[in-house]
Amino acid sequence: MIQLLVFLPLLCSAIAGLGNRFIGNTVAKTVTTAGLFVSCAIAWSIFIPFLQGTSHAYVANVLTFIHSGDLKVDWALRVDSLTAVMLVVITSVSALVHLYSWGYMAEDDSQPRFFAYLSLFTFMMLMLVTANTLIQMFFGWEGVGLASYLLIGFWYYKPSAGAAAIKAFVVNRVGDFGFSLGIFGTFLVFGTVQIPEILAAAPHMAGSTIGFLGYRVDTMTLLCLLLFIGAMGKSAQLGLHTWLPDAMEGPTPVSALIHAATMVTAGVFMVCRLSPMFVTSPTAMTVVTVIGACTCFFAATIGTTQTDIKRVIAYSTCSQLGYMFFAAGVGAFGAAMFHLFTHAFFKALLFLSAGSVIHAMHHEQDMRYYGGLRKHIKLTFWVMVAGTLAITGVGLEGVFGFAGFYSKDAIISSALASGTEVGGFAWFMGVFAALLTSFYSWRLIFLTFFGKPRWAASEHIQHAAHAHGHDDHAHDAHADHAVAHAAHDDHGHDAHHAEPDAEDAGHEPKPDMRGFTEVEHGTLDYHPHESPWTMTVPLLVLSLGAVFAGWAFAPTFLNGSFWQGSVAYSPELHEASEKLGAWALAPSIVMLIGFAIAWFAYIRDTSIPGRFAATFRGLYVFLLRKWYFDELYDLIFVRPAFAIGRFLWHKGDEGTIDRFGPDGIAKLAVVGNRITARVQSGYVYTYALVMLLGLAGVATWAMTR
Amino acid sequence: MSGFPILSIMLAVPFLGALWCLFAPGSAESRDQNARVTALAATLIDFALGIVLWVQYVPGGPRWQFVENSNLFGKFSWALGIDGIAMLLIVLSVFLMPICILASWKSITKRVPLYMATFLVTEIMMLGVFMAQDLYLFYVFFEGGLIPMYMTIGIWGGARRIYASYKFFLYTLLGSVLMLIAMLYMTQHAGTTSIPQLMAYNFTSQAQTWLWLCFFASFAVKMPMWPVHTWLPDAHVEAPTAGSVILAGVLLKLAGYGFIRFSLPMFPEASAHWMWLVFALSMIATVYTALVALVQKDMKKLIAYSSVAHMALVTFGLFAFNQQGIEGGFLVMLGHGLVSGALFLCVGVVYDRLHTREISRYGGIADNMPAYATFFLFFTMASVGLPGLSNFPGEFLSMMGTYEQSSWAAFIAVTGIITGAAYMLYLYRRIAFGPRKNADAAAMPDLEPREWLTLAPIALAVLWMGVYPESFLKPIRGDVVLLLERLHPTAPASDAALKIPHKPAAAAVAGEH
Repeated sequence: MIQLLVFLPLLCSAIAGLGNRFIGNTVAKTVTTAGLFVSCAIAWSIFIPFLQGTSHAYVANVLTFIHSGDLKVDWALRVDSLTAVMLVVITSVSALVHLYSWGYMAEDDSQPRFFAYLSLFTFMMLMLVTANTLIQMFFGWEGVGLASYLLIGFWYYKPSAGAAAIKAFVVNRVGDFGFSLGIFGTFLVFGTVQIPEILAAAPHMAGSTIGFLGYRVDTMTLLCLLLFIGAMGKSAQLGLHTWLPDAMEGPTPVSALIHAATMVTAGVFMVCRLSPMFVTSPTAMTVVTVIGACTCFFAATIGTTQTDIKRVIAYSTCSQLGYMFFAAGVGAFGAAMFHLFTHAFFKALLFLSAGSVIHAMHHEQDMRYYGGLRKHIKLTFWVMVAGTLAITGVGLEGVFGFAGFYSKDAIISSALASGTEVGGFAWFMGVFAALLTSFYSWRLIFLTFFGKPRWAASEHIQHAAHAHGHDDHAHDAHADHAVAHAAHDDHGHDAHHAEPDAEDAGHEPKPDMRGFTEVEHGTLDYHPHESPWTMTVPLLVLSLGAVFAGWAFAPTFLNGSFWQGSVAYSPELHEASEKLGAWALAPSIVMLIGFAIAWFAYIRDTSIPGRFAATFRGLYVFLLRKWYFDELYDLIFVRPAFAIGRFLWHKGDEGTIDRFGPDGIAKLAVVGNRITARVQSGYVYTYALVMLLGLAGVATWAMTR
Repeated sequence: MSGFPILSIMLAVPFLGALWCLFAPGSAESRDQNARVTALAATLIDFALGIVLWVQYVPGGPRWQFVENSNLFGKFSWALGIDGIAMLLIVLSVFLMPICILASWKSITKRVPLYMATFLVTEIMMLGVFMAQDLYLFYVFFEGGLIPMYMTIGIWGGARRIYASYKFFLYTLLGSVLMLIAMLYMTQHAGTTSIPQLMAYNFTSQAQTWLWLCFFASFAVKMPMWPVHTWLPDAHVEAPTAGSVILAGVLLKLAGYGFIRFSLPMFPEASAHWMWLVFALSMIATVYTALVALVQKDMKKLIAYSSVAHMALVTFGLFAFNQQGIEGGFLVMLGHGLVSGALFLCVGVVYDRLHTREISRYGGIADNMPAYATFFLFFTMASVGLPGLSNFPGEFLSMMGTYEQSSWAAFIAVTGIITGAAYMLYLYRRIAFGPRKNADAAAMPDLEPREWLTLAPIALAVLWMGVYPESFLKPIRGDVVLLLERLHPTAPASDAALKIPHKPAAAAVAGEH
C-alpha cells in the first residue's frame, strides 16, 4: 500500500509531464488529481490505525541504491507515527491544492506542466518523509527543492520569477552544505546512515569528541548543528530565510502547498525525526531554540509592514516555523509536530483564500488596492476569517478553540515550562510574536475585506476594466490573463528585474512608501466575483481543518504514547506545561491586544498607520525593507563572488597562468610562429593521420604474423 | 570466450572504418555520405561489442578478463585485458561515440571523410588506453590519442583554433615527456613492462616520490587540475560540438584512469606522501574555477570551467584512501562523462541554429524550444548533483570519502554544491528563462529527430545511473577492494578521528579505515 501511495504521484506526474500536449489539459489534470486523491485515501487509512495505537512501525524495501563499503543505502519506505502524520498532511493538502488549481490555473497555457510539477513535488516530499536513511531523506530534500525551483519559476517569462527560483535553490544549497557535511560526519561516527541505528547509537556518543577543521569538538553537537543548518535552509530560518518571500513569485496554489504546508516544514520534520540525536547535545538544543525564537519574532515584525498579501502570509509562515523550531529546541517535539500539523491546514487555507482574492481581483496582490471585499466574495471572506482565528489561536480553555489555540499555546507553554533561561527567552519572543501575529493577521483581514473599495488605482483592475468596459464577467475573459501575468512585472516592486543579466539574485528597489489611505478610492465599476467550486470546495474542507484539527487531535499529539518512540518525548515537560496556571493565559491576552490594535488602526481611525510610519520612520523603513537582509547578502556574497570570479579569470587564468605558461613559451620561441604558420596549411594533419594509420597497420601485421 | 579476441576486434572495427572513410572511391558528395554512414556503422558495432563486454564481464571473477597477449618485439607486447574499471570506461566511450557521429552529421561539411576517420582513430586510441596491459602500449595509445584530438580542434575548430590546439599540445607534451622518462626507469628497475606485474611491484620510497611526480605531471594536465587547466576552456570553445563531447566525456577520464591504474597502486607510499598536494590543488580548483565559471559569457567556456570543478571531485575521491572516496571518484568520472557530454550537445544544438555561443544572445527560449529547454534543464540538474540523477552517487560518495580522510578538504569540496548550483542555474536562466529578447533566438525551431536521438539515450543513462548506481558499482567493487589492500599500509591518518571517553563498547561503530 505504502508503495502505491508514494509512487502513484510519480507515475501521474510522468504521464502528465511526458504526455503534456498530446494528452491535453483535461486528461493531465484528471490523472494527477485522481492519483492524489487515491494517495490521500491510503494515507488516512495508514494514519487512523496509528491514532488508535493498533499499527506499528515498519519498513518496506524497494530497491538497492548505493552500496559502497560499509555504506549501505537502499530505496526503502519507512512508516511510523511520525511518518503517518506527514503522509496525511502532504497528501491531503496536495490533493486539495490539485483540485483548487483546476480553477486557479484554468486560463494558463501550460496546465499539464503545472500539474506534473505538483505531483512530482508530492512524490519527492513523500520520499523525504518515508526515508529510512539520511541519504534518501537528502534525495527527497533535494527533490522538493527541484520542484520548488520549477514551480517558483513556473511563469519563466517573468524575470522576477527566474530570479526567485534561482535564489530559492541556491540559498537552500547553502543549507544543504551543512546537511551534507552532517551526513558525512554521521557516517564517519556511526558507520551507517540508517536512521534507526543512528538514533539507537546516539546516546553512546554523548561526551565524545571529534576532529573538525583542526579543532576538537563535541561529536553530537557538531553533527546536530551541521544537520540543523540544512533544516534552517529548507525551513527558512533566520539567516537563510531570504528565499521564502521571493518564492511568492510562484502561482498561489504552489505557495500554499510547498511554501506553507509541506516543504518548508521539512526542516522541522528532520529535527523531530532525529530528535533522539538532538537531545544528546544540550548546546545544539539551545541553538535550535534561539534560532527558532529569533525567527518567529523577526519574521512577525516584517509581516506587520508588508502590503503584498502573499508576502504577509509568507512572513507569517516563516514566523510560525520559528515556533516549531523553538518547541523542538526546548524538547517539546510532540508540540512541534502538532503545530506543523495544524499549521499545514490553516496556512494552506490562508494562502488558498488569498489566491481566491487575487483571482477575484485580476492578479492584483497589493492590499492597498483591496478594501470592502467582504460583500463581493462572502465565502472567501468567511473561510479566511476561520484561518485567521486559527492562526491567532482563538479559544477558551476547556471549551473549544481553533487549531492554533491548541498547538501554538502548547509550544509557548512548553517553552516556559522547560525552566531554562533560553526557554524563558523563547517564551518571551513567542508571546511577543503572538501579539504581532494577531496584529498582522487582522490587519490583512481589515485591509482586504473592510473599509471602502480602493481598487480603482490598481493597474490590474484598470487593465481589466479597460478591456471589458462594464462587463461584470471580467474574470471569465480567458485570453486576458496571460497578459495580466506578464503585466505584473511592470507593477510596483518588480520593475527592477527588467534586466535579467543584472547580477542581483532577486533583491528589490526602494519600495512604494504610500500607505493604503493615500490610494484613490473607487471601484471603476469592477465587481469581483466569487471563485468557481473547484476552488471553494478545497477552501471549505481546509477550513474544517483550521477549525477542528486542534480540538480533535490535541489529546493525541501531545501524548507520548501516540508517537511510539518515533520522536523523543519528555513526560515531565508535558506535565509541567499543563501546570502553568495564569501564565498559560498570556498568549490569549496578547492575541486580544493585537486584535485591538489592528481594529483601532485599520477600522476605527485609519490615519494611525500613516502617522505611526511618519513618527517612527527609521523603524518603519527597516521593517519594510525586511531588516536589509537582501541588501546585506548582495553586498557581502553576491557582488564579491562576481568580482572575485572576474578577477581570477582575467588576472589569474589569463594574466598569470597563461602569460607565464603557454603564451610565454610561445613568445620565447620565435620558431613557434613559423610552426603554427606551416601547420595552418592543414596538410600536416593529413600526413600525421596517415602516419598513425600506418603505424597501427604495422602493429596489426606484427600481431597476426 | 577466451579464444575470441573481442578487445582486438573492438580496436580493428574503427580502424577498418577509418580506412574505408578515407579511401573509398566515388564523387566528393558520395564520399562524404559514405564516411558518415561508415563511421556510424563502425561505432554502433563497437557499441554492440561494448554491451557484450559488459554482459560477459564477471564481477568478482578473475581480476583481468578478456586477456590477450602476443609478443611483438623485444619486451614490447600486444597485451590487452580489462578489469571492471576499464570495462565501464570502455562502455562509456563506445556509448558516446555513435552520438558524436550523429551530432556531427550536419554541422561538419568540410573534409568529412577525414573528420570521420579522425574520430574513429580517436576511438581506437581511447579504447586502447583502457585495454592496454603493456606499459608502452599504454603510452602509445595515451599520447597517440592527442593527435586526432589536436587535429579535430585545429582543422574543424572555430576562429582561434590554432591558438587552442597549440596550447593543448604544449601543455600535454610537457607532461608526457616526464611520464615517458618515468616509464623507462620503471622497466629498467622492475624488469617488466606488464602493467599487472608493475601494480604489484614495490619501488623504493625515494623512487616512488619521483616517479609519482613524473606521472602526476602528465595526469594533472590531462585531468585537468588547477593551475594547468587553462588549455581546457580554449580547447572546448574552439572544438566542434562532437569534439567537445569526446574531450569532456572520455579524454578527461584518461587521467583519472591513470591515477587508478598507475599512481595509486604502483606508488602507494608516494601517493600518501603527496595526498596533500592533490587535496590542495583540488581545493583551489573547487573554489577558483567555480567563481570563474560564474562570470563566463560564453556557454562552452562556462561548462568547461565547470568540468574542472567536477574533476576536482574525482581527484578528491581517488586520494581519499577509502572505498567511498575511490568508488565515488570513479562514478563522478562516469557521470560527468555523460552529463558534460550532453551539455556540450545542448550547446551544439543552439549553436547550429544561431552560430554563437554568447549567452546574452539567447533568452526565453523555453517558449519556442520547450523540448530542448527540458533536456537542458535535466542535464543542468544532473550537473549540479541532484539526487536521482547520475552525478549524485559519485559526488556524494566522493565527498563522503574525503570527509573521512580530511574534514578540511571536505569542507571546501562541499562548497562546490552551492557554487555549482549558482553558475549552472544562472546559465540556464539566462538562456531559457525570461522574456524573449532576441528575435532570431525566438525563431529557433525545437529539436529535430536526429537531435532527439543524441540527447534521449544520454538522458536515460543519466536517470539509470542516478536511480540504480549499483549497476556501475558492482563491476568495480572487487577492483577497488584490491586497490585498497595495496594502499592500506600507507594510508595517511584522518583529521576527523573520533575519541570516545572510557567507553570501549562503542568501538564497533568507528567508521574510518
